[in-house]
Order: sequence, then structure tokens, then C-alpha cells
Amino acid sequence: MRPTIAHDVRITDTTLRDGSHAQAHQFTEQQVRDTVRALDRAGVEVIEVSHGDGIGGSSFNYGFSHTDELRLIAAAREEARSARIAVLLVPGIGTVDDLRRAHDAGAEVVRVATHCTEADVSPQHFGVARDLGMETVGFLMMAHRTSPEDLAKQARIMVDAGCQCPYVTDSAGALLMHEARARFEALVAEVGDEAWVGYHGHQNLSFGVANSVIAAEVGVKEIDGSLCALGAGSGNSPTEVLAAVFDRLGVSTGLDVMALLDAAEDVVRPYLHRWPKMDRNAIVQGWAGVYSSFLLHAEHAAERYKVPTHEILRRCGELGLVGGQEDMIIDVALELARRREEG
Amino acid sequence: MSDKVPAAIVGPGNIGTDLLAKLARTSTIEVTAMVGVVESPGLDRARAAGIPASADGVDWLLAQDPLPRIVFEATSARAHAAHAPRYEEAGIRAVDLTPAHLGPMVCPAVNMPDHLDAPNVNLITCGGQATIPVVAAVSGVVDVPYAEIVASAASRSAGPGTRANIDEFTQTTARAVEEVGGAARGKAIIILNPVEPPMIMRDTVYCAIPGDVYDEETTGAIAAAVHAMVARVQEYVPGYTLRADPQFDPPRPEWGGNGRVASFLEVRGAGDFLPEYAGNLDIMTAAATRVGELIAAELGVAA
Repeated sequence: MRPTIAHDVRITDTTLRDGSHAQAHQFTEQQVRDTVRALDRAGVEVIEVSHGDGIGGSSFNYGFSHTDELRLIAAAREEARSARIAVLLVPGIGTVDDLRRAHDAGAEVVRVATHCTEADVSPQHFGVARDLGMETVGFLMMAHRTSPEDLAKQARIMVDAGCQCPYVTDSAGALLMHEARARFEALVAEVGDEAWVGYHGHQNLSFGVANSVIAAEVGVKEIDGSLCALGAGSGNSPTEVLAAVFDRLGVSTGLDVMALLDAAEDVVRPYLHRWPKMDRNAIVQGWAGVYSSFLLHAEHAAERYKVPTHEILRRCGELGLVGGQEDMIIDVALELARRREEG
Repeated sequence: MSDKVPAAIVGPGNIGTDLLAKLARTSTIEVTAMVGVVESPGLDRARAAGIPASADGVDWLLAQDPLPRIVFEATSARAHAAHAPRYEEAGIRAVDLTPAHLGPMVCPAVNMPDHLDAPNVNLITCGGQATIPVVAAVSGVVDVPYAEIVASAASRSAGPGTRANIDEFTQTTARAVEEVGGAARGKAIIILNPVEPPMIMRDTVYCAIPGDVYDEETTGAIAAAVHAMVARVQEYVPGYTLRADPQFDPPRPEWGGNGRVASFLEVRGAGDFLPEYAGNLDIMTAAATRVGELIAAELGVAA
């Protein structure tokens, strides 16, 4: 049931998917081709390419894609010599029809993402993915919002539906090291040898790489990174740093560190809108547990309604908003602006 | 014998029970039967309210004399597909709350008068009932090349049927945004949020406004139309409110040269049987009640 993993851990690069948030979904076909070529050359086995909110995510709510993602997926597939192309699918945003189209365009892996307590919206999509012969990953997003035990139960729902690797997905970059470890251990124990366990980190509290090291120690086999950390909030665990750290630790990844450093420096850095960093807003996201991709939307609403970005983000945390509720950012900004007016 | 129109509810779950409470308040409909396929608390609740109830399904219902003239179905798409031809054969009008979509999709504030004589009408989805009136209001003022709705509901208010086929929600709602709302292209998104205490249902409606007509006069007319439509929906869903005035953004290249109006809605349920936060379920039973009243008035005229 679970796929063969050739090394101690397998790194999935999500520069071209999570990074889409940081680039406001403006990736060009040339950028995708250049990035895939460089990642493939460096030994990355799985490369995720999608709108930041997954296939079908191009919208008013999340931002429209500069280039149709099916074109980007097809271009990525053309450039990849040995790497396989993955797509993200968030049920409620994308559908199985989007998945079939992505598969036709060349995607071979799908990562089906739900909020960490809502895994039972995913079986429909896992079922279709398996019928298409795709490798399957399950993202349990905002994993800080539920206990390790309950997260493991949700992972079970996904595995029973055909998921080959449920992920502890720290969408808010909020998991402290002991919290991440407890979740990794709970999932590894739950799925046994039926599936692998994965980890997707954000750097909002700077733990993405540290938590990845813990993950590898306790048996997590699939770990996400992005070149130059390009991702939502203050970005993801940098792929080039993961490669260097695992190399020093003697944990095999099959990655070429120097080639990844070149890819980050020479291919990705020139097109960055800005280098994701731990500024006030991103730290608030990790601290208050806010979905990382809210960052740019909150900045835009702050400018439009003249209220501070970090106050919007804190309020989003207080309200317990989950991934996908980007529309509520405007609602929160309106509420804060009204309060300011009323003094 | 009252002069109310006799009606039955098939599907005695939470929705059916809430619907019973709403129909009981109407002056034109009398619920004469609650029907399930197994004994259940919903049937007991109906009996306690003095409504004849049976676990013997539609066979039992169709053996009653007199027959109901309207049946409200809150079962599943599959069950309704099996029942619908039998209702039609018996001359019973069907108001379908399931995702079966056999008859025209209706939203009482928008297009119900067009379908008063249809043997079977379908209530789209909860998100559709909440958002399509606003799309229709905007498309009554300008051509809407694209409309997108985002529905956020409390996890606790989303049942296993919705969860097992969430694509059905997004696809059906998107289609209704086009066919009923009047947008050239529609998109629908649904988010389930488990926060405690449960969040009240929220819906956001984004409509593109063609750049060549985007000016103060147009936005003023759109804002007025949205407010007027919200007042119309409030007639049958009292907890349906705008969180703020519609928000207008001028045309942008990345929006294909279109401007945008965003309307932020809250749907607080009446709390009849379902909890207040479950506005997504309440708006379905409230819309069904309204549709039932309109059909009852039509039947009354015909009789």
C-alpha cells in the first residue's frame, strides 16, 4: 500500500505550490520550467505545482493565477526527467474534476488537504486518486488546532480512504518542538506499516527545520521544503537547508546540496517578490496560530481599510478561522476599522 | 377539516423536525404526516406534536386517504429519486431538500414564481439559498461575467451526507449561481470550521462588475439592489443579515479588467429545532417553508 521510499527521508519540494502564496499566484511558465529543471537535477523526487490553495484555487477569494495551473503542471511534467509532479487539492475548493484534469496534464501525486478535524470530507477524492493510479498524501492542516490523539484518528480516516501518507501539516507554523514530536509519534503509531507519515512546516516561529529533524528521528519519512523558504507566512522549511542539515546528520535524502544551493540562489532568488522572513506579521501568525497564507490578504486589507496587519491577524486567530476563510479577513478589517472610528 | 393544504414530510431527521416547526406556524399548510423508514426520535417527536407518523415509508404515505397535496422531502438524493415519480403519479407536488435535483432549482426570493406549476422543485444547496439572491440582485443591475461564493459553516452543522460528497455542494452551487443567479460563470467554495462555540453560518458573495460600467452610479444602484434583496430574504429568514455595506473595488487588470462587489452575509438560524448557529440548515427549511406557502397559495387558487 505505501510507496517505496529509496532514502531515509524523501523531501517534497513545494516552492511552486506553497510559494505560489508568497508570489500572489503569479508564477510564469518560464519560472516553473527553470525551477523544476533545477530541482530535478538536484535529485528532488517529488515537486508540487499548483495554485497555493490547490487546483481550482484561482479565485477572487485567494487570488487569480497569472498562468493557468494546468499549463504550469504540463510544463513541469515536460521538464522533469525523474521527479514526479504533485498537486494540492483542498476539498471544498477543488473537485475531483480538477483532479482528473491535473492528472491528464501530468500530475502523478495528489496531496488532499483538509482542516485537521475534517478528514471525512476527503475519501471521495482519495478514491478517485487511487482509481487514477496516483500516489496519495493527506494534509491535516492547522495541526496545532487538535490533540495528537485526535490528529491520529483523523489520519486513520484518510488512510482507510486510500491515503498513503498522512501529514502533520503545520499551516500556521505554530507547533513547538514537543508539540510537533507528540503529533509525529501519534501518527506513526496509528498508521503502522500501512502508510508513511509526513511533515509540512512553516518558519513563522523558526521551527520548520528543527521540527523536520525531530520528524526524521521518530520515523517520519516524507518532509516538505521550499527553495529560499518560498511559501506562505515566513515561508516553509528551506529545501536547501534541509538537505544540508540531513547531510550533516547522516540522514540520507538523495539530494545534492550544492545543486540545491545553486537552485535557490540562481533560479529562485531572482524572481522572489520578497524573501519570506520572520517579520512582525509572520511571527504573529505562528504565535496566534493563524493560517500562513492569510499574510498577503491581511496586508491588502490593512492597506484598504487603514488598520494594522498584525491586528487583523491576531483577530483571525481569536476567531479560530481556518484555511480557506480568506474572505473573513476583509470582514475582520471592516470590524476593526469600525471600532477605530467609534474610538 | 381545515382549509389548509395538507402536506407530508418525508425524512424525520433534524431537517424534517425543524421544517415541521416552521410549517406549523404557517396559515396555509397543515402537516398531516411525518414519514420515515425506521422508528426514530424524529417520528416520536412528530407523534408527540400530534402528527400521524409512520416508519413504513412512502408506501404507507401513498396509501393514505386523503393524500397530501405537497410532500417535503428531506431524505437523500437516492431516496428522492426513487420516490419522485410516485409523487408525480399521485399528483402530489414535491419540494425537494435533497441533492437529487430532478426539478428546477428554486430560490424563493429570486425565481419561485417561474416554477409554481412544476411538479417537483429543488432547493439547490444551503450556500445557494444564502448567496444566490445577492448574485441575482447584482445581475439585475449589471451583467455579471463571474460570481463566486464562499460559504463557511460550523463543522457540527455538516452531516455525513454533505461530507461524503462535498464536490456535489461546490458543483451544484456554482451551476445555480449561473442558472438562477444570472452570472455568466459561477464558482462556489465551502469551508467547515470546528471552532467552539460553533460559528454562525457566514457567506461571502463576490461579483465581478464590467470595467466599462464601473462608476459611482452603478455601484450605488448595486448597493441599493443588494440591500433590497436582503430585506426580501429576511421576510422568510429573519436571521439573514449583511455584516457591512457591500464593498466595492475598482477594476484591476488581474480581475480581467473587472471591478468587484463583495457582500458579507451572516445567517443566524431561528433556533426552532436546529441550533441557532446552523443557519445553513435553517435557511433550507425556511426556504422550503416559503416555497410550500407559495405552492399552497397556487393550489388554493386552482381548487
